[in-house]
Amino acid sequence: MGAAEDCGVKWGLAVLAFTAYAAWQLGLPLRGLGPGVVKLFGIAGQMLPPESGGQLGVFVYSLVETVAMALAATVMAGIAAFPLGLLGAGRVVPSLFARWPLRRGMDVARSIDSLLWALLFVNAVGLGPFAGVMALTMIDLGTLAKLLSETVDHASIGPVEGLEAAGANRWESVRFGILPQVLPAYTSQVLYYFESNIRHATILGIVGAGGIGTYLSDRLRVNDWREVATLVLLILLTVTVVDRCSRWARLRLERGV
Amino acid sequence: MRWAAGLAIVAGSFWVSEVSPERLWTGLPSMGRYVAGTLPARGELAGWMWGWKRWLALLWDTILIAYLGTLLGSLAGLFLSFFAARNVTPGRWVGVAARRILELARTVPELVFALIFVIAFGLGPLAGVLALALHAMGAIGKLCSDLLEHTQPGPMDGLRASGANWWEAMRYGAAPQILPGFLSYSLFRFEVNVRASSVIGFIGVGGIGQELYVAIRQFVYQDISAIVVLIVLAVAAIDQLSEWARRRIAA
Repeated sequence: MGAAEDCGVKWGLAVLAFTAYAAWQLGLPLRGLGPGVVKLFGIAGQMLPPESGGQLGVFVYSLVETVAMALAATVMAGIAAFPLGLLGAGRVVPSLFARWPLRRGMDVARSIDSLLWALLFVNAVGLGPFAGVMALTMIDLGTLAKLLSETVDHASIGPVEGLEAAGANRWESVRFGILPQVLPAYTSQVLYYFESNIRHATILGIVGAGGIGTYLSDRLRVNDWREVATLVLLILLTVTVVDRCSRWARLRLERGV
Repeated sequence: MRWAAGLAIVAGSFWVSEVSPERLWTGLPSMGRYVAGTLPARGELAGWMWGWKRWLALLWDTILIAYLGTLLGSLAGLFLSFFAARNVTPGRWVGVAARRILELARTVPELVFALIFVIAFGLGPLAGVLALALHAMGAIGKLCSDLLEHTQPGPMDGLRASGANWWEAMRYGAAPQILPGFLSYSLFRFEVNVRASSVIGFIGVGGIGQELYVAIRQFVYQDISAIVVLIVLAVAAIDQLSEWARRRIAA
């Protein structure tokens, strides 16, 4: 008890000291905290009641666009990541030399943020939702391919050995030995990334890549708080509905219906 | 029939989001040129990282913003999770309120919080710290309340039976059971927040993101690639460190 308590106290003090250093280093205006909170409540007050300024139709369509962007990106990434993920797996491509660039490419695609990808694609394909779709696709491509490679490498070896003993070639042993094992998990991951895409898609509009973020950032810029509140409520509603549907689909999938 | 409906929905989503292979095909070369333009030519390699001192300092600021945001957010999330967990909540309506607050906090993107906080608290790192904290609170609060719902009731019941009040039962009965999970989630959140904090810099809360955004906007091509490389390296290093720490917690 004593030793564990001592250790806890030491860690607590270290965290406290580092926190104080961080606040000092960043020059956090802690005195501005009080007035800021007051101002925040003022803003919250100005959000009531939420209204749409007669543009509810436009807002709802931009939400549909957001969901469409997320879905299109999920489908594209889900299809494209499949062969890439297989090629990145040691079971399928034993040569480390061939696999390494692919794995690193996936890592880079993942570690660049969606907003940055969106800026790049706005440059390439112009303003609009397509740039957002491509940005989401790049991120998901990296993540899904990596996850698939790992699932394949962790799949049980038994079926593959059986097939090879029966004279199957490499392609056949992958097709009938590994794919049936990894497909359900892969589909479930793709669905999960659909949920995550919806969240990301809501903000891509800030850099002009389509979706409801276009209006959200615009209304924030002109401090139109009532319409901001409407947009945030619409986002909340959509995210909740999509999460519920996708969770239901994933559960059904896991139960194998 | 179901297949046809699914295909129709996917086709509709492609149409609404203006997916166009030929635009991608004609646009890719210009994107390639852009990316190539940001890379240093062979003779310029020496001057490529010219700003490294300034950039490393800004990167450190970004990491500190992520640290403070994660710390505040995870503590607030931990606190709220005791009210949100269905099995230990002190009252039904308190539970409903806590769950709705956490849901709101994790659904609204941190960028939106940051945009609002910049107006309330002014430009600068404070808005960034608070935005990251609020979002982390939502995520960690949800995860911890899930953990609490799977704890053993024994220790809590024992404490309550021997006269402990709700706070004491939570502190000595429930908290120790979820502590390892909480620490590991917080570390993971720190990784997420380092990425997020390098992006919310775009809107003027300081750190490396702001510098990157300025470089992109002013077409200082080579700085863009230099800063992106630094961010990617820092994120990878922090991921490794945090993964190591999480494995130690699990052991």
